[in-house]
Amino acid sequence: MKLTVDGTSYEADVPADMPLLWVLRDELGITGPKYGCGIAQCGACTVHVNGLAVRSCQLPVGSLNGDVTTIQGLGSPEAMHAVQEAWVEHQVAQCGYCQSGQIMQAASLLTLNSDPDDEQINTVMSGNLCRCGTYPRIRAAVKTAALKLNRA
Amino acid sequence: MGVLKTAGTITRRTFLIGSAAIAGGVAFGTYLAKKPIDNPLLDDLEEGEAGITPFVKIGPNGITLITPRADKGQGAYSMQANLIAEELDIDPATATITPGMPGPAYYNGAVMSEGVPFPAYDESKLAETARNFMAVPAKLLQIQMTGGSSTVPDLFDRLRSAGAVARETLKEAAARQYGIPRAELRTEDGQVILPDGTTINYTALAAAAAAIEPVTDVTLRDPSAWTRLGKRDLPRTDMVAKCTGTEVYGIDVQIDDMVYASVCANPGIGGDVLGYDEAAALSMRGVQQVVPVKHGVGVIASNTWYAFEAIKALNCQWGPGPYPKNSAAIWEALDAAVDNEDHYDHRQRNEGDIEGALADAQTEGGVLEASYRVPYLAHAPMEPMNAIVRINDDSVEIWTGTQIPLFVRDKAAQISGVDRSRVLVYAQPMGGSFGHKLEMTHVEQAVELALAVKGTPVKMTWSREEDMTHDYPRPAGVARARGTVDNGQVTGFDLSVGQSAMAPSWFGRLTGMTVPGPDATITTGSWDQPFAIPHYRVTGYRAPDMVPVSSWRSVGASGNGFFHDTWLDELIHAAGADPLEERIRLCSHDTSRKVLEAVGALADWSGPSVGDGRGRGVAFCLSFGVPTAQIIDVTHTGDGIRVDKAFIVADVGTVLDPTNIEAQLFGGLIYGLSHAINSELTYENYAPQQTNYHAYEGLRLYQTPDVTVKVLENGHRIRGIGEPGLPPAAPALGNAIFAATGQRIREMPFYKHIDFI
Repeated sequence: MKLTVDGTSYEADVPADMPLLWVLRDELGITGPKYGCGIAQCGACTVHVNGLAVRSCQLPVGSLNGDVTTIQGLGSPEAMHAVQEAWVEHQVAQCGYCQSGQIMQAASLLTLNSDPDDEQINTVMSGNLCRCGTYPRIRAAVKTAALKLNRA
Repeated sequence: MGVLKTAGTITRRTFLIGSAAIAGGVAFGTYLAKKPIDNPLLDDLEEGEAGITPFVKIGPNGITLITPRADKGQGAYSMQANLIAEELDIDPATATITPGMPGPAYYNGAVMSEGVPFPAYDESKLAETARNFMAVPAKLLQIQMTGGSSTVPDLFDRLRSAGAVARETLKEAAARQYGIPRAELRTEDGQVILPDGTTINYTALAAAAAAIEPVTDVTLRDPSAWTRLGKRDLPRTDMVAKCTGTEVYGIDVQIDDMVYASVCANPGIGGDVLGYDEAAALSMRGVQQVVPVKHGVGVIASNTWYAFEAIKALNCQWGPGPYPKNSAAIWEALDAAVDNEDHYDHRQRNEGDIEGALADAQTEGGVLEASYRVPYLAHAPMEPMNAIVRINDDSVEIWTGTQIPLFVRDKAAQISGVDRSRVLVYAQPMGGSFGHKLEMTHVEQAVELALAVKGTPVKMTWSREEDMTHDYPRPAGVARARGTVDNGQVTGFDLSVGQSAMAPSWFGRLTGMTVPGPDATITTGSWDQPFAIPHYRVTGYRAPDMVPVSSWRSVGASGNGFFHDTWLDELIHAAGADPLEERIRLCSHDTSRKVLEAVGALADWSGPSVGDGRGRGVAFCLSFGVPTAQIIDVTHTGDGIRVDKAFIVADVGTVLDPTNIEAQLFGGLIYGLSHAINSELTYENYAPQQTNYHAYEGLRLYQTPDVTVKVLENGHRIRGIGEPGLPPAAPALGNAIFAATGQRIREMPFYKHIDFI
């Protein structure tokens, strides 16, 4: 099975019903997307397909219909995406395990809505669970990221 | 400031920093050579055992900072690195930061210091001596453990000393090389600077520094001279990695030729395996082997998902667990223990004459009574339990996130038969813990699997369902309270708490040893509160061992903080007093009183009733030596309770990383609110009924209040902050709901009694 992840083409010998998450993590060694619940309740596995957020633990790789971007393709430590920059500015992460998914969800939100209000941020980001309770800073960082993107 | 003078004394008494040559460079750390002097603190070393366990290594190619205390997300690696860097004069971002290999010299001297029979607000010489002395058994027991908000109190002096000794020794090496007195040299950004401005990199001095006696007569810098510690813009060293998906947690580690695995064990923990369909699992794609493990069975496969799917196909049949079958039976046992002299465990608070006060009130018809419940709670960190183990004929290697690396080492040695000196534990950063990774059943299982495929590394990952149902939860507890009020004041407070003992359950599991004596965790957070109530008694009753239990963020204070403060709030309301004013009036500890006063000022407190269905609750708990007060505002809307705002004030003695302290405090509050509102483990047929996050909801963004945090520095000792933010959250919320609605909730989770938005 062929797939494109973070701009690189891969060939994976896996059944069509294997969730994308496990293709990424255990077949391709791309570990930025995390396993948290396996039932789309936590959002730690969130990646982009064609630029929009999906829960990779629920997407059978055989149903994939576009290019995949993971947290590692969104930006890099040397060249961060605006959302990642905002996350660092606000020192959002504690354990950080959910933040790959939080950042991918926020980037997707800002692609669809460049200036979300509190209600829209609440609605879109509440599918991503953070057990450390970083939510106050996530809220602030989404707003900072929106400003950055709108200035760009 | 006083804290540093005391610290200097402790420094000299309890550890020495030395140096040693390493390949091409020098290491600085805790000096292990047994000295021919009368120092009982070095008695645990074998004759001839020498060398150092390093905190700083400087080689020709760079600087490594060793941060032995585990990072579960609380920022411990970053804090430890900055403690060294403050004295060493380097930017930690330019260094490699690693927990290194576990070792006895990394013992935690502070984690046991609050285990003394003195409340934290007792600053008497006797209490302080007892606390300082607890470093001795911690050292002798080689307790390299992360927990109890102890990392900063324990390492504040040790790591700065290591940095200072390293700096002065590097300067001495430069002084000798250039013939300039050391006093005329200074340091900055990893360089020694000569009077003429010439700079020499530490890395270029490392070999020379290894050849000279280390300079150990160092004075730690006064906080006024700090350039990193205490600063608002001190970034966490792991932040960029965590925001770019490049942080490597235990679950992300990849070893060549690794296979993947998962296990399922009896969710009636300790129960037998009756049977499973091995053939069904073996017939599935990617499955390599089915391996029995203690109380369960594992599957080795070529992908974690194959292993998860095969586990489901095993269709395991379980025997009964060794404890009551369901929640109803468990509550019955807990209810039967409270106020039952056969279950008496300890009474560390008994002031005035509570029996007399209650009897007097009885005749006047004025005894106030209530009872409370808190459920079993899973830790449920985002990263499920996992470990990679590779076993060769004479070695065991383990990659895992753990708070207890030496217990892991010893247990792996025991299971594998390999000598513990050849069991290597590579500690990894953790995607949360909250106490979960004080357990190691998952590592034991991974060792069993690895023994079946010797030479091949096995990455074993628990499914979320396995993790939720094998969590070793926070103990469920019940409390009965009685009290008296008179003339607008709280006059009598009697609290009886019943739960299973946590410490023996946990320590017994780790070591096979029994823990004699009472279990202080039954009343931690209620017996030790700084209030001067005329008739004041707190008693712990020990229920039978039931579900095996463990430490959960803030440990005893997680339930006791709720019992104690809610009951205090009820009495204050019965007295007709203001909730904040009466707490301040009763408070007997200056540092705590200032915290209460500060939270009132921060929230602009003018009483609990705000009108229009709104209410405010204040709560207080002194835990891990940190007095913490919170005020929560709620609104009773048509769709349920909405948590609007939260205000937090805590006193940590000395603030090292204000941005992270704030995060830990509101994180503790949110974790506390999550469980107060939503979460419990209930049992049926010996197993928890909540198997994943859908049935064990944490707070979500839309439910999160605006939070304002203020941190004070009046306390006489430096304190850790991972846990103290949690205990006041549930009572502050419950007290606010009472103020808004008149409904008093005495059982967690609150959603069973009132709707939330």
